[in-house]
Amino acid sequence: MAITSIKNLKEFSTNNDRFEGAHLLCPGCAHSMIVRELMNCTDDNLVISSNTGCLEVSTAVYPYTSWDTSWIHIGFENSATAVTGAEAMYKARKRKGTLKDPDAPVKFVAFGGDGSTYDIGFQWLSGAMERGHDFTYICLDNENYANTGGQRSSATPIGAHTSTAQAGTHSYGKKQKKKDIVSIMAAHGSPYVAQLAPNKWKSMAKGFQKALETEGPCFINTVSACTTEWKFDPKDTIHVTDLATDSLMFPIYEIIDGHELNILYRPKNIIKVEDYLGAQGRYKHLFKPENKHVIERIQSDIDKNWTMLQRREEAKI
Amino acid sequence: MSITGSAIGTDKRGIRELGGEEKLGWDEVEQGVVLSSFDGSTENAAFLKPEEREYSDFNSYTATVASWRIIKPVYNRDICIDCQNCWVWCPDTSIISRDKQMLGIDYDHCKGCGVCVEVCPTNPKSLLMFNEASDNDAELAGWPVKEKKEK
Ligand SMILES: Cc1ncc(C[n+]2csc(CCOP(=O)(O)OP(=O)(O)O)c2C)c(N)n1
Ligand code: SF4
Ligand code: SF4
Ligand code: SF4
Ligand SMILES: [Mg+2]
Repeated sequence: MAITSIKNLKEFSTNNDRFEGAHLLCPGCAHSMIVRELMNCTDDNLVISSNTGCLEVSTAVYPYTSWDTSWIHIGFENSATAVTGAEAMYKARKRKGTLKDPDAPVKFVAFGGDGSTYDIGFQWLSGAMERGHDFTYICLDNENYANTGGQRSSATPIGAHTSTAQAGTHSYGKKQKKKDIVSIMAAHGSPYVAQLAPNKWKSMAKGFQKALETEGPCFINTVSACTTEWKFDPKDTIHVTDLATDSLMFPIYEIIDGHELNILYRPKNIIKVEDYLGAQGRYKHLFKPENKHVIERIQSDIDKNWTMLQRREEAKI
Repeated sequence: MSITGSAIGTDKRGIRELGGEEKLGWDEVEQGVVLSSFDGSTENAAFLKPEEREYSDFNSYTATVASWRIIKPVYNRDICIDCQNCWVWCPDTSIISRDKQMLGIDYDHCKGCGVCVEVCPTNPKSLLMFNEASDNDAELAGWPVKEKKEK
């Protein structure tokens, strides 16, 4: 595989972007930061699928495409299905000797939002992981169904205001905890799963390269700050993501072969989750006295999770 | 329902008909439309700089979102250290970098989000946001000498 140099940003920047501008994602949307980085970390041919969601509707608005690689749009549930179908066909045609250029390096990548990954495309993703295709699935986790107006998903954290779990006089927003998709994917026996964030560009590029290089079904959950639904100024996308990783709301780690957990980023100063929550309109109501207990709950969940991750890393399990 | 439109492919038929009188009806567009990102070979995109590529009219590179902007980033080469922070985090592929050097902003694709300014580490910053209507040379002439540190 032709991986590109990620030694430092200067070298990385010599890559020729294959994700084009004049897509219609919101100004400051993190989806495109993540997609650009994936496409810049390899020179291989890419076969990419995107199911319905912000990324898909914004990058293929007829008569335009923003993709300089093979790219397919498929229904909401089926990003994994489409790209693993392509992968199976590619293998079959290779075996039959009917490929035009059988030696060309090709990688198969599926993008899905959290709505499709955690909820609606979940069983199709699970099936593709179990069948063991050679592909990488990347979830763009903005913790809501952004494309349809910000409904709650099972990736939405407890306490967040969404259009279907509203904060008001009788509710503090979503009542349920976020689903732990990384563990679920690791439990499929995937050779490589990780949680990565675009503010830590190098660990993200490294993780992407590892996933692309690893044979078999790999899964990566990426934190994708959504200026529109999280309610922050578009200029602050990286700042908010910094707060997410430094409060350990989004710890950065990988799990190899279902065991061997490695923490990929340890904040020098771990910040209080209040600083992260306070930077976004969707958590504004939590700062009322009657909702203080929700912030305490979120902080205590983070602390327990971080302890668990460190223990697993230490024990190599 | 009948699907009568012929395949829309590299002949650019889709674009002509969208812009001309004979617009295709919703049921005339063939299902499974294939849009080619390039005229000619598509194989070497990873090895070609944008100016070396043959973009097709279907590629959003040939379109513009400049009208989205109400504020714009202005770039000051004199202070820039070519760190490429702005390049890696621009969500709109609008930082023009060649051979490890920042060259400027692609105003056809920049939406004015301001992320590049926030991640620029120099002091004063090498990128600052201004009103879209302002004159770049005038803003460069009045560039701040030193910004107050945050916190
Ligand atoms: C089966 C099905 N249900 C619902 C929809 C409507 N729909 C389109 S995009 C979308 C939200 C996508 O959310 P997510 O996957 O999180 O991606 P995001 O837009 O947040 O990036 C929904 C509900 C659909 N297209 N198909
Ligand atoms: S709604 Fe959120 S995820 Fe969707 S394009 Fe806008 S910022 Fe990006
Ligand atoms: S303002 Fe936003 S879109 Fe424009 S160059 Fe800066 S980061 Fe890119
Ligand atoms: S972030 Fe600032 S210093 Fe770094 S390359 Fe961009 S303009 Fe230059
Ligand atoms: Mg989402």
